[in-house]
Amino acid sequence: MATHYCPGCHHGIIHRLVAEVIDELGVRDKAIGVASVGCSVLAYEYFTIDMFQAAHGRAPAVATGIKRVHSDATVFTYQGDGDLAAIGCGEIVHAAARGEKITTIFVNNAIYGMTGGQMAPTTLVNQVTTTSPYGRNLENSGMPIRISEMLSTIDGAKFIARVAVNNPTNMSKAKQAIKRAFEIQLRGEGFTMVEILSTCPTNWGKSPVEAATWLEENLIPYYPLGIFKAPEEVVK
Amino acid sequence: MAEKILMKGNEAIGEAAIIAGCRHYFGYPITPQTELTEYMSKRMSNIGGVFVQAESEVAAINMVYGAAGAGARAMTSSSSPGISLKQEGISYIAGAELPCVIVNIMRGGPGLGSIQPSQCDYFQATKGGGHGDYRNIVLAPNSVQELADITVLSFELADEYRNPVMLLGDGALGQMMEPVDLTMIKTKNIVSKPWAATGLRGRKDPNIINSLHLKPENLEKHNIHLQEKYKEIRSKEVRYEAINTEDAELIMIAYGITSRIARSAMDMARNKGMKVGLLRPITLWPFPELVISKLAIRAQAFLTVELSAGQMVEDVRLAVNGAKPVYFYGRMGGMMPSPKEIYEQIVNIMYGKGGL
Ligand SMILES: Cc1ncc(C[n+]2csc(CCOP(=O)(O)OP(=O)(O)O)c2C)c(N)n1
Ligand code: SF4
Repeated sequence: MATHYCPGCHHGIIHRLVAEVIDELGVRDKAIGVASVGCSVLAYEYFTIDMFQAAHGRAPAVATGIKRVHSDATVFTYQGDGDLAAIGCGEIVHAAARGEKITTIFVNNAIYGMTGGQMAPTTLVNQVTTTSPYGRNLENSGMPIRISEMLSTIDGAKFIARVAVNNPTNMSKAKQAIKRAFEIQLRGEGFTMVEILSTCPTNWGKSPVEAATWLEENLIPYYPLGIFKAPEEVVK
Repeated sequence: MAEKILMKGNEAIGEAAIIAGCRHYFGYPITPQTELTEYMSKRMSNIGGVFVQAESEVAAINMVYGAAGAGARAMTSSSSPGISLKQEGISYIAGAELPCVIVNIMRGGPGLGSIQPSQCDYFQATKGGGHGDYRNIVLAPNSVQELADITVLSFELADEYRNPVMLLGDGALGQMMEPVDLTMIKTKNIVSKPWAATGLRGRKDPNIINSLHLKPENLEKHNIHLQEKYKEIRSKEVRYEAINTEDAELIMIAYGITSRIARSAMDMARNKGMKVGLLRPITLWPFPELVISKLAIRAQAFLTVELSAGQMVEDVRLAVNGAKPVYFYGRMGGMMPSPKEIYEQIVNIMYGKGGL
């Protein structure tokens, strides 16, 4: 399916993985998604499920309201790093702290895509953006924030993983992680989040291929992939 | 049989909301409305409802956005500084046309201000408050009984028009205790909400709760639709109480707690043979502008009394449209005028320099 995303952008792939998981788990009839502000603001156009569009950063609060009305629904938020790690940092921390039974798909491309490439809290040190034209400087902006590691320390968070979709192996691991997150939500265990490292060729000023390489060589070393927290699975 | 019990204003709102079928409350403590948050925490767990103490007012209103969009009768409450934080969410709720009830038990401002009663959020409540061309229905009760009755009405109006309704009280109303009869409250059935995002549950077309319309033509169309809805509300939902206005030479205009003080002042003036009346807007938006413009044909002058520097008086002046003089008397910062103080203003206008 054609999307409005730029060539080489991973948002489209991530949408597809989430949609596949919803179908494989057979929860399409009870799924409710929350799109956030960012390039994925129109995500609701790509899923055949009920969806909300939430204000910048507020998706976890909106999802809380939804889940408290329909406790049997599978509720997820889809948020970028500007949305979740900057303006919405409070909402995500407290949704996790409450153990809100929702799943967050957190797309980390280390930049603000939609507004044209400004610095995000996840922007790497020395990374050039339109608001860090000389490279992100530690003295002025501090170190990039590692959200998965931070949320792993919160008791209400039951499943936290960081994945990437830059090659077929990682893609299949990403899908497994998304599936596990949704399953844990369905079991009513608590908050789940999958952080997905992603490209923004347009604002990184790179070709799709260069962007994929940059992700591997720069993002993954600072944001290691893996499962940070998982419950002991129920033996089937 | 009427069964009156003594209740605090804030608690009466909470119990009435439950009678109205509200099972989802999201709040954050702030004086002088905290009793409502506390009341909901106690009662919701008794009746299988949902109470969430949010991490902030910003989160609370967005939880309401989620719950209302999911089809529930949802409510939040706060006081002035907290309502300022909720404005982003209220704009989104108005844009997405979701029904919900927002209680503002006002305190003095600006900034952290005070915790004393005030009516200084009138502009914010009635003129939008958040960004964009939108209106809240704003209701202003003046007794504990009315706080309860109007809470129920608020949920009904919200559902009927798919619009946020703000119940605007002040610290005095929220804190005072009065006898109230909750057994007499009738509530309409909760209307069906085929537009709500509930999960498809067999439905074919997804429901999307949204305030984004990227194409200018579409956003203009949506705004025109909203304005038509507001026009309908303006024509159907104006509520007010008129006391002694038929023969009045001077008509006072006051709402909420201030209307009760003004009423005492009116009685003092009537006892002295002065023809003074009182118009009490119950809906602050839609504002009873037509009623006031009609009264301006016969009455000689108006006196608006508010706990502010003069906010509603601007709407009164617009309605009177220069036909008669409009005087203003206000106290600020949590100060309450005494009936005698207002009576003196009346005497001044009727016999003093500003004379009729
Ligand atoms: C309250 C508010 N502040 C700012 C904006 C402008 N804005 C839109 S998208 C965005 C950044 C989104 O970045 P991110 O979440 O990383 O998503 P991406 O576009 O990179 O996918 C900002 C700042 C807004 N819409 N609302
Ligand atoms: S700007 Fe970046 S994040 Fe947005 S669609 Fe284009 S590549 Fe993707």
